Amino acid sequence: MSQLLDSYRGLQLGNRWDRAPKWVRSVGLLLVVAFAFYLPFLNILPFAYIRTDLNPTGSDWASVLFLIVVYMIVAVGLNVVIGFAGLLDLGYVGFYALGAYSVALFGSPSSPVVESLQSRFGLADDWAVPFAMCIPIAIAMSLTAGVILGAPTLRLRGDYLAIVTLGFGEIIRITARNLDPITGGAAGITQVPVPPGPEIDGRSFFNTIDAERWYWLALVILIIIIWLARRLEHSRVGRAWLAIREDEDAAAVMGVAGFKFKLWAFAIGASVGGLAGLLFGSKQQYVEPNAFMLNLSFLFVAMVVIGGSGNIVGVLVGAFLLTYLPERFRELQEWRPFAFGVALVLVMVLRPQGLVPSRRRAREFEDRRHEAEEAAADV
Amino acid sequence: MDFDALINGLDRHTLDGITRGSIYALVALGYTMVYGVMKLINFAHSEVFMVGTWTVLGVYTVLGAEAGAGLGMVIGATLLALIAAMLASAGTALAVERIAYRPLRKKGAPPLIFLITGIGCSIVLVETFGQVLSAFFGPPFGRVTVNVPSVLETKVVFTIPGLDLPVTNTRLLIIIGAIVMMVALDTFVNKSRLGRGVRAVAQDPDTASLMGVNQDRVIMLVFVLGGAMAGVAALLFTIQYDITKFDIGFIIGIKAFTAAVLGGIGNLRGALVGGLLLGVVEVYASQVWDSSWTDVTAFIVLVLVLMFRPTGLLGESLGKARA
Repeated sequence: MSQLLDSYRGLQLGNRWDRAPKWVRSVGLLLVVAFAFYLPFLNILPFAYIRTDLNPTGSDWASVLFLIVVYMIVAVGLNVVIGFAGLLDLGYVGFYALGAYSVALFGSPSSPVVESLQSRFGLADDWAVPFAMCIPIAIAMSLTAGVILGAPTLRLRGDYLAIVTLGFGEIIRITARNLDPITGGAAGITQVPVPPGPEIDGRSFFNTIDAERWYWLALVILIIIIWLARRLEHSRVGRAWLAIREDEDAAAVMGVAGFKFKLWAFAIGASVGGLAGLLFGSKQQYVEPNAFMLNLSFLFVAMVVIGGSGNIVGVLVGAFLLTYLPERFRELQEWRPFAFGVALVLVMVLRPQGLVPSRRRAREFEDRRHEAEEAAADV
Repeated sequence: MDFDALINGLDRHTLDGITRGSIYALVALGYTMVYGVMKLINFAHSEVFMVGTWTVLGVYTVLGAEAGAGLGMVIGATLLALIAAMLASAGTALAVERIAYRPLRKKGAPPLIFLITGIGCSIVLVETFGQVLSAFFGPPFGRVTVNVPSVLETKVVFTIPGLDLPVTNTRLLIIIGAIVMMVALDTFVNKSRLGRGVRAVAQDPDTASLMGVNQDRVIMLVFVLGGAMAGVAALLFTIQYDITKFDIGFIIGIKAFTAAVLGGIGNLRGALVGGLLLGVVEVYASQVWDSSWTDVTAFIVLVLVLMFRPTGLLGESLGKARA
């Protein structure tokens, strides 16, 4: 294992990439993006083994790709909270659910909310809030929830936040299950709208069969979100997060308003989670409370920390591994949570900075280790 | 909203709440002690409790104890189950400390990493009973609710005069058992030599180790004590509710943690107060609203406490446990 790691380090991929001339990096990035867009049709033999639908029981490859990209969006959003600001959010599934439920509640002609609007304003039976309006609604709902949840708890110690957010994730699910007159209860909501588009072959552009179109849509959104997250990381706000994460007291002395920036991180993370949930709900065209179990929250956190929190490439790798592997080896589905728990403990104990850490984070961990060793030697 | 149901059965619901609360309080001790010493929420503690309930089931199965056994069998099986559950839970807690927390402590990892390994351990333990053991041994392991034989049969011992409230032997055992364990632990921490070490590390770890307190040993002791209390809670839980399940720990863990925060985390007596209070509030709330909202109550109580009195009712400190 360690030999493997050493040979990987010997490649110095990160350093080489950074030192390469700008045109090499641009071309490389373009190639990666082009390859990502081409992935659903990948059929050249040695590479095609990564497809998940090689045997008849496998899951649809394009749908798996879509799910991977949606979880990548989630991971990039959660990375703002965990990786940049250093806050442990265990209820991220709550925001994801809120996003999915907002598009379902306002966009589906058969949802209780839309039906009550129809009868109050005398609208047609198939009327619903247009999809384009559902996006700001979903983002606003999850953002508001993030602020409401964050405002009282972010002033407290970090570990309380973990428990409160954990409770929040459960409350959202239990509310969705119990509030029948608003959310449709355990039965969920059908007819969730899809993005508008030209009709092709008598089907709407985004339908349940052509999953690759959903994948491309999600990919475009992911690229935009990554770009935004990178801009944020290197902005004044990003530096404030870094300062808070490393030493909140020192940051406060330097005039960084800890609470304000933590709330920012929380709200931004929440709205990205809502957006990912919206994509998921719209692709499924069906939303039900059991799709948002708490385990999903742990999965999201694991993606970020196993990949390497604070590093966008790292969390993308984490999201890919934790979504792709269980789909590729479906026959071991039942063992998935166990393997995932073991992986979580092993990675964190052996390599607490994650598989692909950011350089700064790796140095932070190294510093802390030295301090701990020196302290132990002093005693 | 149904206040009539609450008022009509107020005495019954209060007793029910105190029974539940006693179990929460015992589990809360584990959270509170570990937090007091390490400033860490031990996420795997709920699973320590879960292992205890399975141990009770295991002991009953090995002894062949069933409902309606003779008096000797009842006492013997219950005592043996108590000891086994305490040992198993304490052992699990100790293992979690050694595997998940100690290596990180040596590396000086940030607190976030401790929480994540705790969650990892919790998932591993849950899946051990839900998946791994069921793959090797089949039932009773697996993802279903399992019945634990009610070896100690529920009987009405006496009726509180005036209220006409029947008190059963199981409820009596749970409430008395919880209070006895609480008092014993409180005395241990406040009076014994080892307890003084625990309080010293809670107050100031560095100074404590200068004074010759072995910090690692104190941390191990805290995990063992908390685990043993969770074991007692596990036995009492199976006596009252007669079930266990692979993920039974999760909800009880959340509630016990809420109880610990409510009473003031790090404060042993606070755990008792918080546990009882939360149990009663929860039963009342499930009467007034619908029982499907019961699990939400604890979360709402938690958020309210954190908003208005984050140090809990009795204030948080294991170091000043004497006060």
